[in-house]
Amino acid sequence: MEAENLTRILFVGVVLLTVGITFWASRQSSGASNFYAGGRNFSGFQNGMAISGDYMSAASFLGISGAIALAGYDGFLYSIGFLVAWLVALLLVAELLRNSGKYTMADQLAFRMRQTPVRTAASTSTVVVSIFYLLAQMVGAGSLVSLLLGVSSETAKNLTITSVGLLMIFYVVVGGMRGTTWVQIVKAVLLMTGTILITVLVLAKFHFNISDLLGSAAANTGKGDAFLQPGLKYGGTATSKIDFISLALALVLGTAGLPHILIRFYTVPTAKAARTSVMWAIGLIGAFYLMTLVLGFGAAALLDTGEGSAVANSGGNLASPLLAEAVGGGAGTTGGAILLALVSAVAFATILAVVAGLTLTSASSVAHDLYATVFKKGDVGEKEEVRVARISAFVIGGVAIALSIPAQKVNIAFLVALAFAVAASANLPSLLFNLFWRGFNTRGAVWAIYGGLISAVGLVFFSPTVSGAPTAMFANHDWQWFPLSNPGIVSIPLGFLFGYLGSVTSKEPNADEKFIELEVRALTGAGSEKAVVH
Amino acid sequence: MTTTESGPAARHDPVYDEIFDSAEFKDLRRRYQKFVFPASVFFLGWYGLYVLASNYAHGFMSHTLVGNINVALVWGLLQFVTTFLIAYLYARYSSTHIDPAARRLEKKYDDHMRGGL
Repeated sequence: MEAENLTRILFVGVVLLTVGITFWASRQSSGASNFYAGGRNFSGFQNGMAISGDYMSAASFLGISGAIALAGYDGFLYSIGFLVAWLVALLLVAELLRNSGKYTMADQLAFRMRQTPVRTAASTSTVVVSIFYLLAQMVGAGSLVSLLLGVSSETAKNLTITSVGLLMIFYVVVGGMRGTTWVQIVKAVLLMTGTILITVLVLAKFHFNISDLLGSAAANTGKGDAFLQPGLKYGGTATSKIDFISLALALVLGTAGLPHILIRFYTVPTAKAARTSVMWAIGLIGAFYLMTLVLGFGAAALLDTGEGSAVANSGGNLASPLLAEAVGGGAGTTGGAILLALVSAVAFATILAVVAGLTLTSASSVAHDLYATVFKKGDVGEKEEVRVARISAFVIGGVAIALSIPAQKVNIAFLVALAFAVAASANLPSLLFNLFWRGFNTRGAVWAIYGGLISAVGLVFFSPTVSGAPTAMFANHDWQWFPLSNPGIVSIPLGFLFGYLGSVTSKEPNADEKFIELEVRALTGAGSEKAVVH
Repeated sequence: MTTTESGPAARHDPVYDEIFDSAEFKDLRRRYQKFVFPASVFFLGWYGLYVLASNYAHGFMSHTLVGNINVALVWGLLQFVTTFLIAYLYARYSSTHIDPAARRLEKKYDDHMRGGL
């Protein structure tokens, strides 16, 4: 009980800290540029921290170390895809987007195309990706908090989900992008500190000998050398191998199409600062994933991860918290209680920061793309637009709460992988075509976005994840015909193909002409949005 | 800069055409693309090869190098190393070969706008 009380105190601490930051950040900001882009005057380092805070979700912190604890080497494959993906963002997207966009992902497309169709499409995929991602985090929060606090009733879970939802609405409505960014920075500091501490303690148990750590993990799990080799999870059949390639594609191409990551590039004053932010993000995220390797194998070496164990029952999600308890001295000790509470609080802060970023992204897109441009045709004041963004945050938060409660049985990793697949299939093709291909136009953008979106979601609907398998969401029904759980290998090429076909089958002199301005702006920063001066 | 009407985006300032057609801009674009395109092909190929090897070259990946450390682990860690390295090389390349020209062209635009007011 001692650990649970301590955990409760630290949870309250995290809430008070983030609420305080949000109030502090809201004092100094007003206006659309502050609400949507934090005034564009965060430094590259600050934004790099915030990007890491936005990106390293509970799915990374708990999910990857848990996947390694259960599946050994195959769990590590996730983190490699998640990291390498940042090179797409660094080399091809971050700086060009900073110079050519304003507040949302759609801004950059709408720059040289017909506003209404393109913004409607981009806003739809922004909201879809963000909602999938949001559901994953909130469902995770529900089960995590109830596990950590030792309350398992449905009411307690629903209460947790609702509180997380209300908190994220608060961060966004009161703090806007500025508040959300600071919450993410603080979370990144907490997460890195907590992870470094546990990593060092785990390594110390093995006298800083990685080979011993791996050997103990292989021995303790009873799986031997196979635990350290690829194939334990995905190597079973020819289909599962292709499924893995499909997943790997979505991971490496999805990051640069995630709307909540893209809008972070607008919070810095220049393209060079956007580059610096990604450099910091790559360093922090890379270091973090290297540490999850130690946490995952450490959990496999030091905990019981077999059939029926607490780690296995939680799908791996409890590997890190229980590992912290073990290296702190074990269950029932003060050291164990403190570390368990600490890691739980870090996981909680992680979830809060990510859901805030996602809610802000959706609300911004609804207000800026749909309301101000599509619905009001641009005839709307800045104050009104921000007011609508705040209302949208309430609505989206409410929808997310309402969807999360019945979605509690849905696998979290599946939701995150789906968000990446949609981002890679619907968003990345249109972004890259728009930046690098003069012949791209409105029809191409609309076809790419809807084509990628519908094929990704559609293929998942007909996959064994949804029906026709004992582990499916609807296990008693069978409308499955697509053999893979991950749609990327089909839907990503389709997104590019639709974008190409739409463009070559229509003529749009304006899109062609405006490419000149887009390219000059993207590469030189001429005429790009400037930072707010305080 | 962007229009907010539902119609097509408005005609842009001619200064953009001027910059677009200048030799310095063409050179800037060439230098940017000369780095990012080959680098992207390289890291995607290098990652793809690693994914394929994890799937289909089980014997090779399981080969033990030292203690309990096998080829798969080392190759995985090398993906981290190459990611850090490419990011570092890109930042260094940009600050010497791209940023100065970009700043000059942006200044040209700013001067034009100031003169135009």
